[in-house]
Amino acid sequence: MKTLADLKKIREKAQEEMKLRGSNVRIKIVVGMGTSGIAMGAREVMKTFLEEIANRNLTDVIVTQTGEKGLSSMEPVVDLIEEGKAKVTYGNMTPEKVKKVVVEHIVNGRVVSDYVVATGE
Amino acid sequence: MSLKRIDLLICCGSGCVSAGALKIKERFHEVLKEKGMENEINIIETGCMGPCDYGPVMVIYPEGIFYKTVTPEDVSEIVEEHFIKGRPVARLMLSDDERTFSVQKEVPFYQKQIKVALANCGYIDPESLDEYIATGGYEALGTALTEMTPQDVIDVMKAAGLRGRGGGGFPAHIKWQMVHNIQDNEKYIICNGDEGDPGAFMDRSLLEGDPHRILEGMMIAAYAIGASQGFFYIRAEYPLAITRIRDAIEQARGLGLMGKNIFGTDFNFEVEVRTGAGAFVCGEEMALIHSIEGERGNPTPKPPYPATQGLWGKPTVVNNVETLANIPTIMVKGAEWFNTMGTQTSKGTKVFAITGDIRNTGLVEVPMGITLRELIFDVGGGMVGEGKFKAVQLGGPSGGCLTVEHLDVPVDYESLKERGAMMGSGGLIVMNDEKCMVNVAKFFMEFCVEESCGKCSPCRIGLKQMYEILDRITKGQGKEGDIEELQRLGESVKMLSLCGLGQTAPNPVLSTIRYFRDEYESHIRDHSCSTKVCLDLMNFNIDKSRCIGCSLCARKCPTNCITGSREEKYVIHQLECIKCGNCYDVCPVNAIDKIPGMHPEMKEYRAKLQAQKDLDD
Amino acid sequence: MYKKICSKYEPTKDNLIHILHEIQDTHPQHYISDEAVEEVSKYLNLPTNHIYGVLTFYSMYSTTPRGKNIIRLCESPPCYIKGSENILRKLKVLLGVETGETSKDGLFTLELSACLGVCGNAPVMMINEDVYGDLTEEKVEEIIEKYRRAQ
Repeated sequence: MKTLADLKKIREKAQEEMKLRGSNVRIKIVVGMGTSGIAMGAREVMKTFLEEIANRNLTDVIVTQTGEKGLSSMEPVVDLIEEGKAKVTYGNMTPEKVKKVVVEHIVNGRVVSDYVVATGE
Repeated sequence: MSLKRIDLLICCGSGCVSAGALKIKERFHEVLKEKGMENEINIIETGCMGPCDYGPVMVIYPEGIFYKTVTPEDVSEIVEEHFIKGRPVARLMLSDDERTFSVQKEVPFYQKQIKVALANCGYIDPESLDEYIATGGYEALGTALTEMTPQDVIDVMKAAGLRGRGGGGFPAHIKWQMVHNIQDNEKYIICNGDEGDPGAFMDRSLLEGDPHRILEGMMIAAYAIGASQGFFYIRAEYPLAITRIRDAIEQARGLGLMGKNIFGTDFNFEVEVRTGAGAFVCGEEMALIHSIEGERGNPTPKPPYPATQGLWGKPTVVNNVETLANIPTIMVKGAEWFNTMGTQTSKGTKVFAITGDIRNTGLVEVPMGITLRELIFDVGGGMVGEGKFKAVQLGGPSGGCLTVEHLDVPVDYESLKERGAMMGSGGLIVMNDEKCMVNVAKFFMEFCVEESCGKCSPCRIGLKQMYEILDRITKGQGKEGDIEELQRLGESVKMLSLCGLGQTAPNPVLSTIRYFRDEYESHIRDHSCSTKVCLDLMNFNIDKSRCIGCSLCARKCPTNCITGSREEKYVIHQLECIKCGNCYDVCPVNAIDKIPGMHPEMKEYRAKLQAQKDLDD
Repeated sequence: MYKKICSKYEPTKDNLIHILHEIQDTHPQHYISDEAVEEVSKYLNLPTNHIYGVLTFYSMYSTTPRGKNIIRLCESPPCYIKGSENILRKLKVLLGVETGETSKDGLFTLELSACLGVCGNAPVMMINEDVYGDLTEEKVEEIIEKYRRAQ
């Protein structure tokens, strides 16, 4: 490493590794991981999100989790929270649906209205 | 790219490690392996997070959930509930009477803090150079080397007004400028990591928790003064700090940040780690230099100062660990930013180690000028247990005790000095009203007597004399005039000693005399220690009206000085009592009292002995 | 053995403290013998009195044999305030020694230490390079037992 530009490159890569602790996150995916969510396949859903995000090298998206949301009949339930926009809640998620949400909503910015069960707070 | 979704930051500062943090880390690895979740969770060892009292502590991102006093038994629950089901474990969170604090930044302990030197401690993995770089590390060095002249760097430090954090508060830029101005091929930069003040552990935490920051600070200083060789002098009591710094140096070398032509410039730098071997006086800069040279760590008279004749007679700058830790941030954010924090004469923040009878012991970083009240009661959470605040000892064995009336004093170099205490390295020992100030003064004096290197007589002999007087006073053999004698001796030792150790060692005694003179007087005149700490000046007494005659005290007494019967109740024979306190501890009905003052029987006995002695003489 | 340790370092005076540390740490009885001093004196070309001068100045060096495990109980004020005296008493009873002595079985030497810098978890002791904090008399008993079992 010989220049400030080299240092910057290393920094960007390292920041990517630390993004869970950082604040430059554009979209936060919150998977409902209560007992019923897990029973309905929430773990698979979360895994698929993680894999898709990794495959597409999306650096400003994080996946996190929460407990039961009370929408048992629509589990697994996933919230997408984007800075400055209303929260979008998807229900009855499957790994297939996750892939579509990643492409449409997260990459192209278009909400997949077929899967939406609620919006806003 | 990784599939990680959780960063688990386990504090592995020495405090948490001593409370079992490594076992917890092991347990997490085991449980996550069992569950097949190793790919999802990053386990990161960080440096000290600060609230050592609650150790082992951890923070879990992305939410920033803060857990305290975690045990290996809690690990399964954290994984099962928090990691799998997304339900953070409330019982492991910090709470006060009203609410539970789930997220780290809500915890009151952190709220008045501004972290500059400690910014990365407890946030990054200290063994990862990448994580340091991710937080902006080495940018200050790169910018200084490629875009600034050494004089530019010194000018920034001058504008910032950074003062030495090790004790004296000498402005860093003056030392730098002196060495910069001297033409010499050989100059040295030394990082003083011989943190000896009892109760201070910020340097250890910085070296362990963010070693690259210290290294970067040192290299910027080296560039400014024109040195190409540096030394870390770290006390041998800190093995982990020594390892971390050594590793950091090797990592930096691996990336070309150490050695020749750093950042493609003609700046070359090499650094070595030297260790102490258990001598408090080596924190004094001349003593430290002699120790590096392979000599006894004796101080030598100044001038000449290290800036003109330091290591091997060459111009040398000695900077404290915390001082160096501030430098990279000042270079990046600028002197103006630094000047927004602190007071007229003391800029920036200061790290304090809060210990003693206080709720939140640990490491905190606050802006200079904060009041003692805020520091002790807001950040520190106030007193622990029943006792009321009595005094705070600042600055270790060189500092002094302040009292309730000083709680609103702003903490900066000058305000503390005016009142007989000092900033020192930032150790703050809080004491409740069960502590005897004469005894505390004696304790510090004993420390200084042991640590005096013996080279100059005021320190070697004067401190010993002071100790002997204090010892007499606490044993009920104080005389009229002792207080004045202590003051006279104290002032002479301060004036005549060669180095900082002797020049400041009388402070604890002088400041306690200044603020707690009545305690000294009651020890001397009434033979009474109101806090019942000095064993010769208190007595144990059985209250017959409460005694049930169970004989437990008599059976537990190691000197068989308690006698009696169920009917007559029990009584302590004062002349044989060694004040071990066993009877007090075992009495099932609390019929035994600790009473301040020497027992009349003992007084009479001692008077008789004295009379006999006078007769013999 | 001493020669080998010396040869890892440049024969300059400033390496004296490092060499003495390594000699002491690698000796099974954790001390620096007269023989070692002779050897170092030859290697660094320093008079033995200089080496003894340094050796006796620093409190961590020992010129007498010590136990397998060195216990260093912190004696600084934060630990004192939190009851290190009781811990010291307990250790003395457990090991059957006074401060500075080695237990009969040669397993432990009990020493006092300057501040170990773990004051947030006072009282604290260090056994070899491991730090134990928030000590209580019960905890001390467990820890000592652990070292005895590891034997």
